[in-house]
Amino acid sequence: MDLVLHDVGPTEGEREAVDAVLGVPGSMWEGATERLSSDDHVARGGHAARRQRHLLVPILHAVQARAGWISPGALNYICRRLTIPPADAYGVASFYALFSLEPQAPAVAHICTDIACRDRGGDALCAEMERRLGPPGAADGEATWLESPCLGLCERAPGAMVSIAGAEPVEHSLAPADADTVADLLAGGPAPPVPHPQVPQAQDGQDGLRLLRRVGRVDPSSLDSYRAHGGYEALRAAVDLGPAGVIRELNDSQLLGRGGAAFPIGRKWEAVARNPRRPHYVICNADESEPGTFKDRVVLEHDPFATIEAMTIAGYATGAEYGYIYLRGEYPVAWERLVEAIVQARGRGYLGRDILAAGFAFDIELRRGAGAYICGEETALFNSIEGHRGEPRSKPPFPVDSGLFRRPTVVNNVETLINVLNIVREGGPRYAEIGTERSTGPRLFCLSGSVRRPGLYEAAMGITLRELLELAGGVPEGRTLRAVLLGGAAGRFMTPDELDVELSFEATREAGTTMGSGVVMVFDDAADLPAVLRRIASFFRDESCGQCVPCRVGTVRQEEALARLANGTGSAEQDIALLREIIVAMRDASICGLGQTAGDAVESALAKFDVFTDATGGGR
Amino acid sequence: MSRARQVAPPREVEITLNGEAVSATEGETILQVAKREGIEIPTLCWAKTLTPVNACRVCVVEVEGSRVLPPACARKVEDGMEVQTHSERVRHSRKMVLEFLASSVDVSTTPDVSRWIDEYDAAPQRYGPPAPAFTAGERDRLRAGHHVAPDGRHAATVKQPPKIDNDLYVRDYAKCILCYKCVQGCGTEWQNTFAIAVAGRGFDARIATEFASPLPDSACVYCGNCIAVCPTGALMFKSEFDRRQAGTWDEDRQQVTTTICTYCGVGCNLELHEQDNEIVKVTSPLDHPVTRGNLCVKGRFGFQFVQNRARPGEREGDAPPPPHAADGTGASGNGASGNGSGGHGPRGGGPPT
Repeated sequence: MDLVLHDVGPTEGEREAVDAVLGVPGSMWEGATERLSSDDHVARGGHAARRQRHLLVPILHAVQARAGWISPGALNYICRRLTIPPADAYGVASFYALFSLEPQAPAVAHICTDIACRDRGGDALCAEMERRLGPPGAADGEATWLESPCLGLCERAPGAMVSIAGAEPVEHSLAPADADTVADLLAGGPAPPVPHPQVPQAQDGQDGLRLLRRVGRVDPSSLDSYRAHGGYEALRAAVDLGPAGVIRELNDSQLLGRGGAAFPIGRKWEAVARNPRRPHYVICNADESEPGTFKDRVVLEHDPFATIEAMTIAGYATGAEYGYIYLRGEYPVAWERLVEAIVQARGRGYLGRDILAAGFAFDIELRRGAGAYICGEETALFNSIEGHRGEPRSKPPFPVDSGLFRRPTVVNNVETLINVLNIVREGGPRYAEIGTERSTGPRLFCLSGSVRRPGLYEAAMGITLRELLELAGGVPEGRTLRAVLLGGAAGRFMTPDELDVELSFEATREAGTTMGSGVVMVFDDAADLPAVLRRIASFFRDESCGQCVPCRVGTVRQEEALARLANGTGSAEQDIALLREIIVAMRDASICGLGQTAGDAVESALAKFDVFTDATGGGR
Repeated sequence: MSRARQVAPPREVEITLNGEAVSATEGETILQVAKREGIEIPTLCWAKTLTPVNACRVCVVEVEGSRVLPPACARKVEDGMEVQTHSERVRHSRKMVLEFLASSVDVSTTPDVSRWIDEYDAAPQRYGPPAPAFTAGERDRLRAGHHVAPDGRHAATVKQPPKIDNDLYVRDYAKCILCYKCVQGCGTEWQNTFAIAVAGRGFDARIATEFASPLPDSACVYCGNCIAVCPTGALMFKSEFDRRQAGTWDEDRQQVTTTICTYCGVGCNLELHEQDNEIVKVTSPLDHPVTRGNLCVKGRFGFQFVQNRARPGEREGDAPPPPHAADGTGASGNGASGNGSGGHGPRGGGPPT
């Protein structure tokens, strides 16, 4: 391959940003501005440079944070340093919503307009931003704003994220967000304090929480505080059990993955542990982007060491020496706290060589998503870490055989991982006593929307939807319940008559619904369901990777049909029939779970509610 | 040393294809077996010479026990597999894929599609009248994760003006179904030039050079191997494009002559498509052991001398020759590919006569 670059170089700032990740170039071949003595001997680059391809997304982040956009000159320099064809790198950069490939104001406010936030102030905030700053995405001026899909701040809606590019870039999460505070942050105002986690059970002093027992009580910036609250007891117990013992306990626990697919974690770990191909990798999937989901954020912000400890156990049990946390790009607080936690764990020997003097090594690298829901799909996540577009791969082969860098890989969600700590400490059989027979253990639920006490809740599997809503105080005074969205945008709507469904894998499956990522979003009689459905359709249209036709075009056609229904143009009967046809094809023929579930919520709403004719639906 | 490593011969497997027992060889795809049995499964993104990308989903089939419909082009047969190639479920997905494509992309030059649209009762017009075309370059600037909410009156399409930025071939992305074949052919699978990639996301995804810069500024070496694998005519010889625009393209009047390229000693087979005594297109057979359908700029585009009726030096006002001249020699080696890359660029000055 010949690298064909354009005749335009990086600015000083862009060069610094790239060099901060890769180090200064060692020769003109690699992009040095002056001839170095090494240039007289050998042209470097080649394999050594291409092996660093996996740094492409971190470098793009660095340039975006420094310059506010990815310029042609910066892209050229990146391609020179990594020996990547520029068309290829452009394809990667343009895949991610957080990268701008056109000049953009350095200060950007991302305002959440997703279903939990839009009518809880998100839409009004956007209107106010437009009044103050003009249309979204302006290039001139110092500040602009953009609409954003769910920012995972649903319990304190509306959410916003502010990023300011420059030599010392800053990022803030803000919820509930108001126009004045956003304006203040855009102007460089001080960071807002991180609010106390909204975990109502803990705030009520409820004992016996397992997954959330430290949240709000432990100092997330202190390893000592973590240890004082039982931290690293599980790792010690794991080392006593030995790798095979850990997997035995996991199998006994019958823990099923909490990321959505409900795969038995013991079998997953065992398959990787036994795979003769090396190296093995452990990945923590923290790319939490399902609208309405914020559990991973709360856990990572307020108990970051728990995930690190659980990953270390995974590394020990599966023979992996290296792990990645893939954190979604819109979680600046979780990012900072994880960075700090990893440094402390390394400093105290909980990461690195010869952990606990038990003769095993493990380390963790933190990676940041860049605005792509699809990267929560495990094979898309591999591609993203490897420096490619986040497009899902065809399965088989499955990750336990061929995952990250085509090596055996364990991928687990944050919630799944922190369950491991309890299992290892108390033993698999005891853990299996919690919950139902086939869905063991506790589960996290993200309650948002029209409930008195939105927040993160923990309950044993098998709790009914009604009990859960009661825990959260039910709908506010004077309102009546209209619908519950269970499982997020890829989940399904439930009616007030279906509240007795038991929240376990088997019972939800039998009821034709899903717990998905644990989203319980409540809509009352004032909710504009047609608008909610259109926002869900718009979300999938934006987040489809575009690889396969059913999802790429189907999500567009779904949104168009819903627009006709909401506007009262065309024949409602025909459009509803058309929607059903579209949704069946997306489910049957799409490559990955995104397309397969992109019509589920719409389909369930059409089947259960008179969305487009009911007066309270705000329809025709 | 111990004896040589034994490679197990591929096993025979038995599958059920539309209710009939069929034997197949382990490692074969459902598509291969169906083809052998005389069952037509439509394909668009599949090509004999490329790794399946499973993108178009028009070849999906029903496999007993599988929750979703796997693509026949990539799914390998397994012993005992029960496959339905034309069940109701399959026909529905195929119909929808054909509707989705035909309602968003110009498929007028995609072979077989109109036949399949009839066969599967697809009705692309039911999504409404097509939305107004994008202006030149507009689609290249669409940002991932953002779009203007539709009102449903029009069906979104990828309609846009063709990109004509060189004299050898045209990129008419209004006809692109995003099958990834050109990217594969340009990249790791054959040419290793990497001039193009998929950019953007979702419905706004498109094939692009970096920052959508014109082809002559890109890494393109004008081998035309992307044209060879393009299933829709989105990538087209300029000579074909111009004739189609003028209404003079007529395949019934064309004759294909197979010959061997005279530029070097590799021995690539050329198929010269001739109409009205002019070469209008050059291809190479996909099953040819030397080329596997691929050529270099000389074999692909270096044919103008054959029909250059004026003697050298007699052409009007042709000194110096214009950049990116239609004969593909001289200009593209320096100006068009920009890098003077070895191997594939046209170095031989003129025709070897």
